[in-house]
Order: sequence, then C-alpha cells, then structure tokens
Amino acid sequence: MSALVFLIPVALGLGLLGLVAFLWSLRSGQFDDLDGAAYRAVFDDDIVDPAEERSREVSKAPGKK
Amino acid sequence: MSKCCSGNNTAKVDSALAVSHPPVQNCCSKENINGQAEAETTCSASRSQPVATVPPVKAVYQTAAEPSIDPTAYVLAAKDGLSSLNLIIDSIHCPSCIRLIEGNLKKLPGIKSARVNLSTKRLFVLWDEALTPAKAIIHKLDELDFPPTPFNPALLTSASEKEDKALLRAMGVAGFAAANVMLLSVAVWSGTDEMGPATRDLMHWVSALIALPTVAYSGQPFFRSAFAALKARSLNMDVPISLAVLLAVGMSVSETLQSAKHAYFDASVMLLFFLLIGRYLDRRMRSRAQSAAQNLLSLRAIAATVINEDGSRTSLPVEAIETGMKVAIAVGEKVPVDGRITSGKSELDTSLVTGESLPQIAETGDVVFAGTLNLAAPIEVKVTARDDQTLLSEIVRLMETAEQGRAKYVQLADRAAQIYAPAVHLLSALTFAGWWILGDGGWHPALMNAVAVLIITCPCALGLAVPTVQVVASGLLLKRGILVKAADGLERLADADAVVFDKTGTLTEGKPALINQASITENDLQLAASLALHSKHPLSKAVLKAFTGKPIPLTDIHEEAGQGLEGYLNNQRIRIGNRHWCGLDQSTDENETVSELWLSSSDNKLVRFTFTDRLRDDAVEAVALSARYLGSAELLSGDRKAAVTLAAKELGLKNWRAEANPKDKIIRLEELARENKKVLMIGDGLNDAPALATAFVSASPATASDISQTAADFVFQGNRLKPMIEAIAIARKAKALIFQNFGLAILYNTIAVPLAMAGYVTPLIAALAMSGSSIIVTLNALRLRLSEKES
Repeated sequence: MSALVFLIPVALGLGLLGLVAFLWSLRSGQFDDLDGAAYRAVFDDDIVDPAEERSREVSKAPGKK
Repeated sequence: MSKCCSGNNTAKVDSALAVSHPPVQNCCSKENINGQAEAETTCSASRSQPVATVPPVKAVYQTAAEPSIDPTAYVLAAKDGLSSLNLIIDSIHCPSCIRLIEGNLKKLPGIKSARVNLSTKRLFVLWDEALTPAKAIIHKLDELDFPPTPFNPALLTSASEKEDKALLRAMGVAGFAAANVMLLSVAVWSGTDEMGPATRDLMHWVSALIALPTVAYSGQPFFRSAFAALKARSLNMDVPISLAVLLAVGMSVSETLQSAKHAYFDASVMLLFFLLIGRYLDRRMRSRAQSAAQNLLSLRAIAATVINEDGSRTSLPVEAIETGMKVAIAVGEKVPVDGRITSGKSELDTSLVTGESLPQIAETGDVVFAGTLNLAAPIEVKVTARDDQTLLSEIVRLMETAEQGRAKYVQLADRAAQIYAPAVHLLSALTFAGWWILGDGGWHPALMNAVAVLIITCPCALGLAVPTVQVVASGLLLKRGILVKAADGLERLADADAVVFDKTGTLTEGKPALINQASITENDLQLAASLALHSKHPLSKAVLKAFTGKPIPLTDIHEEAGQGLEGYLNNQRIRIGNRHWCGLDQSTDENETVSELWLSSSDNKLVRFTFTDRLRDDAVEAVALSARYLGSAELLSGDRKAAVTLAAKELGLKNWRAEANPKDKIIRLEELARENKKVLMIGDGLNDAPALATAFVSASPATASDISQTAADFVFQGNRLKPMIEAIAIARKAKALIFQNFGLAILYNTIAVPLAMAGYVTPLIAALAMSGSSIIVTLNALRLRLSEKES
C-alpha cells in the first residue's frame, strides 16, 4: 500500500498537468476558432498567390492519370 | 473544397482558385465573373487581364488607389507603435480563403500578423502603419475579391464570448475532477473486500479534496440559474440539478467523516461534467448564430463621409453621426442615415426599404432612408432628426409593439422541467419519509436513499436531451446555409402550419435580369455589355450578367447620372440608357412591369432591352413544397399590383395582396393568428421587419436589411429558397427526436427510481446509470445526421 503514497500524487499531478495545459490553451485563444483550426493543421505551406495555386492545381491534374 | 463550395453559384468558375464566394452586392459584382474575367477589370485593375485597352473613365470611381471602404476610422493603436484593424469578411467560406488572405496580406510590408477566424468570418491585422497605409490592406482584400467591412471590436465583442470561455473552463475543471475521482472510486469499488478502511478513507478524502473545489467552481452556472429561478418563485431544470449535486457532495463528506463505505463524490462531479458538456454545446450553437448576427448588424456601421463646414471631408463611424451633419454618398454606397438630399440627383435602390423592385429617382429636397443604395450619381444629404414622420421610426415602433404582443413561447426543455422538477422532489421526499417512518435505521439511511433518488433520476439525460438534438440539427442547417438565430427557433419552426412570403428579394432575386435576350442580336448585346462594363447601375449589371462573350474596348466613355452611358467605337457614338438619352420621346407606360434600357448605335438603330426582377430559380418549387408541408401559402408584397399579380400567377399562389404597407402586413398576420395559424413569415425588406417580429416564426435571406435579419429567427444564405423550406422537415424530425429523448429519459427513470427508492443503489450503479443514459440520449440525437445522409 506504500506505493499509493506516490501513485496517487503522480496520478493527480498528471491530471493537473492536463488541466493546466487546457487552461493555458484556452487563455491563449486556441479555442477561438475551432473550425479554422481543424483546417490549419493540413495546410502544407504558405501558398499565397492565386495564380501560383492555380498552376499547382493544373500541374497536379496530369499526375492523376 | 468541393464540400465547402457546393451550392454556390460561382463554384464552377472559381474552382481553379479554390475559393468560393457568395453573391454579394459590391463593386466587383461576382455575378459577372462567369467566364468574363474582363468584367472584373473595372475594379481590380492590377489583375493581369487586358486592362490596358480600357481607357480611364469618369464613371469608374474605383481605381487601384481607391479601396472600397475607408477604414481609417476603425484603425486602433496597438503595442509597440503598431496599429490594429478588425474586419469582417463575409465571403470567407473555406480553408483556402484563410491561406489566400493571410498569405497575401503577410506579403505587404510591415504586416506583423494577419489572422483569419473561420468560425466568425473575421480578420485581425496587426501592422506598422508607417510602412503600409490601412487603405492598402483594404485594397489588397478588394483585389482578392474579399470585400471587408471594418468594425469596432469593443462594440462587437460581447459578454457572451467571455461567458463561453468561462463555461469551457468550468467544463475542463469538471472533466479533470471527474476523471481523477473516478480513478479513486474505481479503486474503492473493486477493492471492497481487500481494501482496509484506512485506505478507503484516504481515497475518499482525496476525492473530497478534488470534488469540493470543483463543485464550488464548476457548479456556479447551475447554482446561479437555480437561485435566479427560485428568487422568481419558479422551478427550472437547474434547481433539481443544483440540489442533487450539493446534497451528494454534502452527504459524501458526512459519510467520509464517519468513515462509511460509500461516498458519492464521483456522481456529483460526473453529473456536473456531463451537464456542462450539454450546456457548452447549447451555448456554442447560440454564440455562433449570435456572432453571425453581429457581423450582419455591423455591416450597417460602415464609415460615412462627413462634409465639414469648411468643405473638407472626414470619415466617421456611423455611430458618431449627428443630426444636422452633411454626409456625402458616393455611387454604389449604402445611404448610412436618414436625411434630406441637399444637392445632387440620383436613382436609389429602395427595394430593401419599401419592397419596390425598380430604382427610384431622388432629387434635392427628397427624403432618403438608411439602407437604400445610391445607384447613379453622388449626392449630399443633410441628416434629419429621427422624428416620428420617418419610415424608419414608424417601423421601429411597429416592431416594438409586435415583439411585446408576441405570446411568449415556452421551450420544450422548460416545459419538461416544470413537470420534472416537482416530481423528482416529491419522489425524493417520499423516499425520505417512507424510510424514516417504515424503516428502522432512523434518519440516516432515509437521507441516503433520498439523495440517491435525486442523483439517479438523472437530470443528465434530460439536460442533454434538448441541446444534443439542437446542436446536430443546427449543424445540418448550417451546412445548407441556414443560421438558426433564435434559441427556440427550431421548435417553433417545427410547429408552423402556414407560410407568408414577401415578394421582392424573397421570392424574387431582388435585382433586375434581362428577359428579352432572345430578340437581341449577339452583336447588340456585345456592344451594350462593353459599355455597361463601366457602370454600376443594376441594369448595366444585368446586361453584363446576360453576356458571356468578350467585350470590345471603347473610347471616351462617360456616364450621365440618371440618363445613361456613352462611348465611341471607331469614332461612332454608342449610347445605352433611358428613352430620352437614346433620342426617343419620354412617354412610358404607367402599368409597366418591366424596366427598360435602350441601345443606340452608329446606324441609328434602336434596340430595346427589357428587364424584370426575376423569380428565384427554385421559387416555384419552394412554394409548392411549402404548400405541401404547411398547407397554406400566401404572398404579401409592398410592390405594385401589376408586378405582384404576375408573380403570384407564375408561382400558382391564389392568396396574394399587393401594395401592402408594413401595417397591412401585421394586420394580415394577426388575422391568421386569430384563426389559430402558426405562421412562418419569410421576408427581407425593412418593410417586412415588423411582420417578421409579429409572425410565429420568421426567416429572411442574408441579403435582407439589417433590421429584418435581427427580427428573423432564421437567416438563409445563397440564391436558393428551397433549403429554408426543407428546414421545416429537419425541424420536425428534430422535435420528434427530442420527444424520443424525453421518452428514453422517462423509461430509464421508471426502472431506476424504484431501485433507488428501495435502497438498492450504490455509487457504482449510480455512475453506470448516469453515463449510460447520457450516452444513449446523445447517440439518439446523432441519428438525425444519419437519417439525413440516407435521404
């Protein structure tokens, strides 16, 4: 039973760590735009030029054949 | 991207850009994009289209240097000498929009951060104004086809956003506590025999250490609401919830003090956790609709150009405009205030205000209303006091009375609570009395079992029954472009049994379309379009929309306000405009239901173009569908009789009324209400706003006037009307599911409550029952989505 002496604090500590992380992410605005965040994860890089993007899409198209 | 762009009329065209836009009425009229990129050059000259061939013209007020909106009034000073600007961009629709906007803005010098919020369709820019003027940012966005509207965050960031976060924090804390207390409780449950009392007590004390602060913190939303209800001498769902949580914790502490076997710490925090999930979902759904509504409202708060006494001009937010000021209104701008024209003659699009579909001529001395659109020439307006004579104040007054008169609808959840709360308290009291009188253990086991009844009756399932279904339903509607604005909107929509339509802008597209294209040669259309390219008049736009070829470059183009356009092709004069402009006599038929435009070209030939406010593509279908769902459908319009007759005939509507003013509309709705009809009113104009507020449930398109959108329970986007009618089916299905959920909760209670009253419920059973019923209710709500996929 002496194992409980640190197992309980460890379990609680880990839980608290999770809670602190959650509160921090909430405070830093990471929950402000849940819809956008879902997509930002899959952006490959900063393609910013519409023309560039169009040419990418075009160059991708033959590859599908 | 296909998902996000579907249902959008420009999807095909823009697919290469992976950007989609709703049809918006601004200078870069998107309806012109269909295959004719040249048409865009009017406003975004920097695109690599054949812009060089088009000479600069007087009528084109928007050049590369001049952005669509002057944002200076909304630039705020930020830290480190930087400036910040908050913008609403309604055309943000899919992830590619984020990339395009953020990426392109970051290319400008001095931009520190540009962050798009996809959920609220807002953009925040932080930058160094010394390197890039604010106008350049607006211009860049115009160029990218994302017309922005600046807003003041202090006015828009509401208390509800803070409450959202507080709720989420409470949920996080409760989640943490639930997991850890459960960890300890499982140990106690599984170690019943081997675990010594000392260890068990330790577990209980640690649980108490976690649970007590959690209940004190996370329980607040419930305690506050329950307290408010009690103060008002009524019962809501939060009263039994608060009681269950507090009693469970209180009893557990006293049990722990006596080193008893069972404690209900896990039940109390789990109860809180589940209920907070339901509360948060509910909240999120509402604040999403709220932020959309706020965006819509702020569209009115565009800066107005004020002419000072010394003749200089300053840009002021509309809130700061005062009576007696002089305001300049450029072509294509919305009139920001009520006022009287002091100089200039122009045509105004008053469709949002009066329902009149054709543009009105306005001259010096005429009164103009906020919300009308200036079409032809710049005008100057003196702001008048909002005395009782103005249309706006009349409408506001009507709306206020309508809202007061509207019978308060009691939501299903509250109705359930009114039965449920007393029943639970009664059962619990009965249990206590029964055990005390009949049992031999005294008050202690009696109280234990009474609390067990309170916990096990599981307000969880009931608390989740309504929000889960509503979240799923409003998610489905959002995908169809429909925003649920009122919290009880879905429930009321499900009950509707009659529909009243407005005509202009609701059943029709609200803008003219060319109808005699068949009798016009391709050549004439090309000529007209090449000239129309340089005007923002709705008829010019309609010509452009009908034309799919390539325009020819013309020279010396100029526009005469209220008359027409003129240009030269190989030194031959070409004109489009009204009869007079093209050399015909002035007389026009009074009963005309169409607008006309004439083209005179070199060979003195005159060609007539006729336009009408065409019905939405799916209007006939939508009206037929609404008749099927709701039984009766009718048309109430402020437009002239000839136009309304025609529309009613096309739609197959037998009940219609023309030239109805706002008051007439209310009277008709009240008549229907007396016949016990629950009317769904769909309208867009300012003149519909009081009717929207009067009706049992109401909807308006996203192109509607601000006041109408505020008054409406639903706002639908896009060019189609049918999704709004189909929403009735979803609302009805959702209502059925809510009742099913109530049924499930009752079924569960009929099994669990007798067990609890008999004293057979241990904390383990309570925990299982609670999570089990919550999960069942949630899964049942998700069925709505499944059944939608099948259909």
